Amino acid sequence: MDTNKNSYTIIYTAVMVIVVAAVLAFVSSSLKGKQTQNAEVDTKSKILGAVALTQGMETASNKSAFVEQQYEKYVTEDIAVNAEGQVIEGVKGFSVDLKTQNDLMKAGNTADLQLPVFVCTMDNGSKVYILSCYGAGLWGPIWGWIALESDMDTVHGTLFAHKGETPGLGAEIATEWFSAQFNGKKIFEGDEFTSVRVIKGGAAPDDIHGVDAITGGTMTSRALDSTIETWLKAYMPYIESIKNLN
Amino acid sequence: MDKNIYLQPLWKANPITVLVLGICSALAVTVKLEAACVMAISVTLVTGCSSLLVSCLRNTIPNRIRIIVQLVVAALFVILVEQVLKAYVYEVSKQLSVFVGLIITNCIIMGRIEAFALGNKPFPSFVDGIANGAGYGMILIALAFFRELLGSGSIFGFKVIPQSFYDAGYMNNGLCILPPMALILVGCFVWIHRSMNKDLQEK
Repeated sequence: MDTNKNSYTIIYTAVMVIVVAAVLAFVSSSLKGKQTQNAEVDTKSKILGAVALTQGMETASNKSAFVEQQYEKYVTEDIAVNAEGQVIEGVKGFSVDLKTQNDLMKAGNTADLQLPVFVCTMDNGSKVYILSCYGAGLWGPIWGWIALESDMDTVHGTLFAHKGETPGLGAEIATEWFSAQFNGKKIFEGDEFTSVRVIKGGAAPDDIHGVDAITGGTMTSRALDSTIETWLKAYMPYIESIKNLN
Repeated sequence: MDKNIYLQPLWKANPITVLVLGICSALAVTVKLEAACVMAISVTLVTGCSSLLVSCLRNTIPNRIRIIVQLVVAALFVILVEQVLKAYVYEVSKQLSVFVGLIITNCIIMGRIEAFALGNKPFPSFVDGIANGAGYGMILIALAFFRELLGSGSIFGFKVIPQSFYDAGYMNNGLCILPPMALILVGCFVWIHRSMNKDLQEK
């Protein structure tokens, strides 16, 4: 058979493409459920990490079951708020895409903003509000979760993640020692919003609004500093409304 | 079967140290041993399977579009591997990030299909693919061993350098987790390899 004929080549290509497409479509649809579940468990473990509820996760025999169980137990409310601080009906904070919200914020379009809030009820009955943030790092996006105590002033815990900051330098924002610095810091001075600053050269030991930046990771530290400030500002109406409840 | 088919890629025609193919991923995914092992297995499977499939089809492939057919076959296996990793070893697939998808651009795969599988029977082609993947993976794992040991003080995530060393002032080498160190290490491997094989040295 002449394999160089035009008609043969065309039929060959068509059959090959259809067969390959069918195989890939089948595999993709049969693994989809498991992949989405993995991604969800990953995000849930990060959210729990911000309030230090992931102890025992590494040693758990079934990590995803452990995470689901902890999440179910502690995260009692999963909501999204708009730029006026009102809860948006029917929107889960978990399904909000942070990148889209960041783009809206940059474009100044605050009307459509959806800001996720995860309310955790701790073992002692106190409520902790986990807010999100997302911004541009040095090499790629950085994002994280900031947990505030119910006074909406004290930081309960944080967890930051990144796509591809420099290992050993900017990537240190995702480490425990870095995020632990935020614990107990205040985002208000009196009634004035100060955010938690990431200070190059180190924060003074008695500074309740600042943490040490990363040596050699100045660009990432600065990016994180402005990301936290921008997002906390966006959450401000909601933060004020919870503050006024107390 | 000629034993050179599986011995050459492992030693005298090693894809990384002699042919200098697949260097990009060798620099990128060798910070941790776990990721390097998964990458090595993935590449070996892809080279083996795509060589096998192309070899089976070799008499039917129209010569004018053979490169496209090879690409489609390689892409098929790469996507399959990527999907399976995402479903079953999510943590590792996150570490490997884009590099699994980029296996398709790994010159070893297309090189072996074009140079070997197109002109040989399925079984030798499969062995050739597997051996080339293994030759690549072998270097990857050796690189990752040194980089994880010196850069993080651990092997497969387990701390092997005792705390007393750190107390005495020992520090992990930060350079080892950056890509330039991988290049320097590959250079050392090439050096050792060539000094052991006189016939690889240029006159």
